[in-house]
This record gives sequence, structure tokens and C-alpha cells, in this order.
Amino acid sequence: MDEGGPLVNTIGDAWKWLTDAAHWAGDDGIWHRLTQHLVLTVVCLVLSCLIALPVALVLGHLGKGGALAVNISNVGRAVPTFAVLVLLLLTPIGQWGEGPTVVALVLFAVPPLLTNAYVGMRGVDRSVVQAARGMGMTGRQVLWRVELPLAMPLILSGVRIAAVQLVATATIAALAGGGGLGRIITAGFNLASTPQVVAGAVLVAVFALVVEGIFEIGERLAPGRARGRGPTV
Amino acid sequence: MTAPPDDCLARNEWICGEYLSTRRQIIVDAVLQHLELTALSVLIALVIAVPLAVAARRWALAAGPVLALTTILYTIPSLAMFSLLLPVYGLSASLVVAGLVLYSLTLLVRNILAGLRAVPEDTRQAARGMGYGPIRLLLTVELPLALPAAMAGLRIATVSAVSLVTVGAIVGFGGLGNLIYTGMNTYFKAQVLTASVLCVVIAVLADVLLLGVQRVLTPWTRAVRS
Repeated sequence: MDEGGPLVNTIGDAWKWLTDAAHWAGDDGIWHRLTQHLVLTVVCLVLSCLIALPVALVLGHLGKGGALAVNISNVGRAVPTFAVLVLLLLTPIGQWGEGPTVVALVLFAVPPLLTNAYVGMRGVDRSVVQAARGMGMTGRQVLWRVELPLAMPLILSGVRIAAVQLVATATIAALAGGGGLGRIITAGFNLASTPQVVAGAVLVAVFALVVEGIFEIGERLAPGRARGRGPTV
Repeated sequence: MTAPPDDCLARNEWICGEYLSTRRQIIVDAVLQHLELTALSVLIALVIAVPLAVAARRWALAAGPVLALTTILYTIPSLAMFSLLLPVYGLSASLVVAGLVLYSLTLLVRNILAGLRAVPEDTRQAARGMGYGPIRLLLTVELPLALPAAMAGLRIATVSAVSLVTVGAIVGFGGLGNLIYTGMNTYFKAQVLTASVLCVVIAVLADVLLLGVQRVLTPWTRAVRS
């Protein structure tokens, strides 16, 4: 009747693994993996925003391509991240080191960005847009000064969803040989070391929750106007 | 010695009919495991989610913690979630099911709660005026009206679960994910592509099936809202 015993031991061992200074240093060390994860997430978030937001803003402004912008999120959900990572690994992109990871990360971050920004742009009260046009604003001015600020809450919630998605995808990338904190978990599985697997998982979970927390705090600090109406995806 | 056969398997092509015919049993087994893991997880999640959502609707105090907990669960990446459950379940199918239940739970609770909250107060009061008790109100008025939102949640949860099962390959119970994993290690293009395409096909079919169920269950509405 000692069912709690092994579990408590594992947690203790995972803690020991985490607090061992030797596991933080070196190329397979926690610091290096953490940096990789952070760099991958930030770089791919910036790349995805550069790709998705201009497209979404223009489509939303023109009111075109709505079906595409909205459905792309459903498609993104149906396609397994792991499958895309492995498929990319087996294509010539697989030769470029972190190439498959970066491409997969961007592919999975674009849909929520696109959908939320598009829905945000279309959600702007039409009478406000018409009033702006009535005041003599050009299309470009309407986009930058009216629609974009009003759509900002949903655009930002898209960025938040994308960021969390990026952290998760970067973790799975370790299964397909990518860098990042997921490597600690996969290495743990290969060594059949449950403490290492759990320690890696705790690191990943904390990383993801910190990213989510940063956006949460950012939203609270933002002026009331920019506060979210809640994500749509 | 016979010369090696010069078919699409030997050439390691992406699309290969030979693969489908020679590995049929492996593929069927993987698909069945995939369906089993998905269906089991989503059903268990549904059974847990309904009372949680109802409780969160009824008692405002419960809503905060329930939503916060589900948000935290949903934020944890799938690979980490499976890994955190390893000490509890070991290398087993239960581990994958438990992880998927936690994700599906989040999506279901949020959507069912949103559906319950969207029931108009007028409707509720009319039912009370007609002498409905709280249980009858819940079962015959509130839950049916929350059905479209709940079904939308169920569709999202199911499609996500189909996709996430593949990550279960890390513990050897990933349905088609197992084929992708071994295909990756052996650089077997046809296997990886076939398994990936089958995953998407399963997700789309499940989505369409649930949409059909929703149409049958809610004949009074044709609008699909999430």
C-alpha cells in the first residue's frame, strides 16, 4: 500500500536533477537549451507576425479572403505538428540544421495570427469606418488610424495564442531532432531516466506559463481600449 | 542472389502504392489505435467537463478557479504534459489518454460554460415561471440551448486530440504517430507521408461526423457558433 512512495521519489529525483549544477552547463545543459528555446520562439514569432499581420490587415481592410483567413485556423488544428516537423525533416530543408523547426514553427504560428487579426479588422464598427471616410480619410488613413487601433485587442490575443503555440511546437521539435528544452525530455526518454523527463517537462511547463503570464500582465497594463475581448480561436 | 526490386519502396518515394499494399495491417492497426485513443480521451473529458461547466455556471466562486486551472493546463505543451504524467502512468496508453483528457477538458469546459452563460435570462425566468425546478431547468432548457456551443467545443477538442495523439509516439502509444516516428528514424518517406495524410483525413472525417450529429441534435438552429 505504498503507492505514493515511487511518485514522491521521482519528484525528489527530478528536483535533484534540476538543482545539479552540472546539468545547467554545456551544450546539452539547461542554459543552452533554454536560450535555444527562447531564441526560436522570439525569432519565429517576429517572422510569423511579419508574414501574417500585413496580409490579415490588408485582407481585413478590403474585406476580402475572409473564408481563407478564418478557416486556416481550423486547418492548422487538424494538421499534426509532429507530422509536419518530420515531413520537413525528410525534405531538403532537413539539411539546414534548425530549418525544419523554424519553418514548422512559423507555419503553426501564422494561422492564429491571421484569423484573429482578420476578425479584429472586420469587427470594427462599420459606422465608425464610414464616419472616418466621411471626414475625408483615405483608405490608408482609415486602416492605420481607425481600424488598426480598434482591432488591436484581437490582434494582440492572436499574438498571445501564437506565442504559446510556438513554445509548444518548439518543444515537439525535439522529437524530430530540433533544439530547445524539449531535448532534455527526449534525452531523458532515451536514457530511460524518469527524473530527467520530469525535470525537462517542468522546465517546459514553467517556460510556457511564463510566456502566457507575460502576455497576461501586458494586457492588464495596456490602456483599457486595448484590453482583450477574449481570443476567438 | 536476386537483384533488389526496383519499386517505389526501394527508391524511397513519397507516394508509394507498394507501401499501402505491403504494410496494410500495420496501417490498419495504427489507425485503430489512433481512433481508440482519441475517442476514449474525448469521451472521458466530456463526462468530466459537463458537471464542471454546470458547477462553474451555478456557483460564481467556482468559475474563477475552474477557468484558471483549465487555462494553465492548456498552456502546458503536449510533450511536457505527457512527460509530467510519466511517473504516474509509466509507458502506457493510459498516459496518452490522461494527457489528452486534460487538453480536451479545457476546450470543452470553456465552450459549454460559454453556451450555458449565453442562455437568455428571459428564457430561464419563463421556465421558472412555468414551475420548472433547477434540475428540470438545467436538463430541458439550459443544456439543450448550450448544445451548439458545446458541440463546437467538442469538434475543436476532437480535431485537436486527433492531432495530439501523434505526440504519444514518445511513449510508443501514438497511433499513426508511431508510424511517423519510426518512419523518421528509418528515413522512410512513404510511411511518414501516408501516416500524416491519414491523420488529417481522420481529423476532417471526425469533424464532419460531429457536424452532422450537431445538425441532428439541434434542428432548431442552422447557425454554427463557437
